[in-house]
Amino acid sequence: MKIYDGRYVISGLIVFIALATFPVWFNRGKVSPSPEPKLDTPAILEMVQKKCVLAKDEMRIGHMRLLDQWRTEVVRNGRRIYTGMDGKIHEMSFQNECLKCHSNKTTFCDTCHRYVGLSSSTPYCWTCHIAPREND
Amino acid sequence: MEANRRKFLRIGGTCALGLGTSKVWGVFAEDFEKPAENSKALGVGRWGMAIDMKKCWEKGKSGCRECILACHTSHNVPDIGNRKEEIKWIWTEKYENAFPGRLSGLEPPDLREKPFLVLCNHCENAPCARVCPTRATFKRPDGITMIDYHRCIGCRYCMAACPYGARSFNFKEPREHIKSELNHAFPTRESGVVENCNFCEERLSAGKAPLCVEACKEQNCEAIIFGDLEDPESEIRKLLAAHFSITRKPELGTKPGVYYIIQGRGHA
Amino acid sequence: MLERALSGSSRYYKLLGVLLTLMAVGLAAYLIQNERGLTVTGMSRDVSWGIYIAQFTFLVGVAASAVVVVLPFYVHDVAAFGRITILAEFLAVSAVAMSLLFVMVDLGKPSRILNIIFYPSPGSILFWDVVALSGYMLLNLFIGWNALEAERKGTCLPRWVKPLIYVSIPWAISIHTVTAFIYAGLPARQYWLSSIMAVRFLASAFCSGPALLIALCCLIRKYSRFDPGKDAIGKLATIMTYAMLFNLFLLGLEFFTAFYSGVPSHSESLKYLFIGLNGHQNLVRVSWLFVVLAAAAVVLLLNPGTRQSEKMLLGAAGCVFASTWIEKGLSLVVAGFIPNPLGQIYEYSPTLPELIIAMGVWAVGFFILAIFYKITISVKSEAAR
Repeated sequence: MKIYDGRYVISGLIVFIALATFPVWFNRGKVSPSPEPKLDTPAILEMVQKKCVLAKDEMRIGHMRLLDQWRTEVVRNGRRIYTGMDGKIHEMSFQNECLKCHSNKTTFCDTCHRYVGLSSSTPYCWTCHIAPREND
Repeated sequence: MEANRRKFLRIGGTCALGLGTSKVWGVFAEDFEKPAENSKALGVGRWGMAIDMKKCWEKGKSGCRECILACHTSHNVPDIGNRKEEIKWIWTEKYENAFPGRLSGLEPPDLREKPFLVLCNHCENAPCARVCPTRATFKRPDGITMIDYHRCIGCRYCMAACPYGARSFNFKEPREHIKSELNHAFPTRESGVVENCNFCEERLSAGKAPLCVEACKEQNCEAIIFGDLEDPESEIRKLLAAHFSITRKPELGTKPGVYYIIQGRGHA
Repeated sequence: MLERALSGSSRYYKLLGVLLTLMAVGLAAYLIQNERGLTVTGMSRDVSWGIYIAQFTFLVGVAASAVVVVLPFYVHDVAAFGRITILAEFLAVSAVAMSLLFVMVDLGKPSRILNIIFYPSPGSILFWDVVALSGYMLLNLFIGWNALEAERKGTCLPRWVKPLIYVSIPWAISIHTVTAFIYAGLPARQYWLSSIMAVRFLASAFCSGPALLIALCCLIRKYSRFDPGKDAIGKLATIMTYAMLFNLFLLGLEFFTAFYSGVPSHSESLKYLFIGLNGHQNLVRVSWLFVVLAAAAVVLLLNPGTRQSEKMLLGAAGCVFASTWIEKGLSLVVAGFIPNPLGQIYEYSPTLPELIIAMGVWAVGFFILAIFYKITISVKSEAAR
């Protein structure tokens, strides 16, 4: 079988494979430690039952969707009350509810976001929402 | 042969696309438990405001700006420092600017010189909400003209549409221009979105009156009255029934929700 | 066919090089705007739209004007336009591309532009305009490309293209009508609140578009082996003449209503433009330039001697284009904001970054145009051989 313009095709393929596998060989041998978001804020330490509005796994996978749903309910539908899986009533507010417990943006939010390659400006929550004061 | 290969690629590509997107759809499909109705919020037909200008001028201390300060500090409204990019939710204008075309030239001097409090009229028939291409500005059932800052694309069509100059655009990052201490309970806005008075909907949902109303009350002035325009028994309705009031540019059919009592209570 | 865009004379490459440089400069200015916000422009809370939206408005007109060639050719079999129909369609494509880019650079949050599609708002004219413009661009791209392909193969136009052509005719009218509706439906802006706005837009479109097309045809004749034909240019000149007269007539109507009625809010913007308002007269000089250019165009076009001389016609086309640009691409939009709804006057003048970005967008449009015209001319000269 004859390949027309074989030279170009093959050299193009080589360039493509090199580029496509770039992340693999560029990071070869390096291990990024998996992130450990800290749950040691004063508010959480005080809690008897250390529970978020949803189970840990659900939050880990779906916190962005939950936030989006809360946002829609509050801003567009004027509903602010959410009943968590523990039966507790929560105000749907990122700044006034989520950040009340998770008052450690740098050691909670940022650790995972950085690990998955999001820069500090994405997701861009913090251009409008005010990050909690962190004394340390 | 040629046609077959083409067909194969086409079908294969479609299948791959389908398989690829099924994962993506999965992410969006799942829904969480629906939130409950807000029990604390004040139930209402349509929020409205009446401003008794005579009271504001006579009972308020001279140069009083308490309502403006209360609103702007609490809502993290920046002080940009120039007229070009000024951001304001509530401010004062002269009579001839608040009610252009109404000036006869012979009105009492204090009417012409004294400041009129102006803000978003939360029009029933709001041009800003009508023209918004993304429904980022929308009318809530309780009459509040609300902006969804997550959705606004910054086209400024609403600013062209507003007959009251009540909308402000963030020409640059506002946060560094907030002169007062940041209110951590309320977000700021960001560069590129339009902002507006929200009738303190965050306070209404907690059963509290708007900040300007509260600030005025604290000055023992009570020139700003807030309430349900659809409830004939409400304080605001009774007030409007008893006193002559005007709205800004009623001829445009926007049906403003902010009324100005000119003669004043006790003067009528 | 696309490969024809890749080989050309050194003059063609130089043109592309210049346009690419302008695009790069414009992009650099845009990156600065994106970083620092729209504060780098001259727009303000009072004049909240400026030269970007004005360019958008003007270019929608240029795009819509393709219909003055497409309609006579496909519906009335005006054979003279056969040679330039594809040119008109590709001009429309590049003009729409520029319009959409001007909307894009005007946005405070360009990354969210797809919200217009994700959250469609049938109540918003801007939403319909984006729909209409995108549709019109695709229609002209399909029609022009297929017509050219047919010409290359020496076959007839595929049958499925015909209905698209008929759809594209009212669609062209619709894009400029909808664009006029953006302005004509706002209670806040008395200068724009005029029901003849859409007709005015169409009239200025049908003179500014042909003016540009005449200039392009003359350029093509001079620098390539393809001749668009004297007949086609003559017919375009006639259309341009009538449209320009009608355009000025409609503007005159606005003056009548504004000044005879004596309603201040109707006349203030016009006063601002032509004599200045309370000492503010940023646009007075350019408004009178409009008057002079428009008058010159009318004189040159009405006189058959000057209209039929190619040099004079080019001059007239230049006057038409420049005067409609001043009227639609600058003063109409800016004066709508002056005075502001509170009766105060805050003026607008574009800043350097704003002008550079606008120039960059124009360069993108002309780049697209150059590529399409190169392909078209290559195919047409091959077919002629």
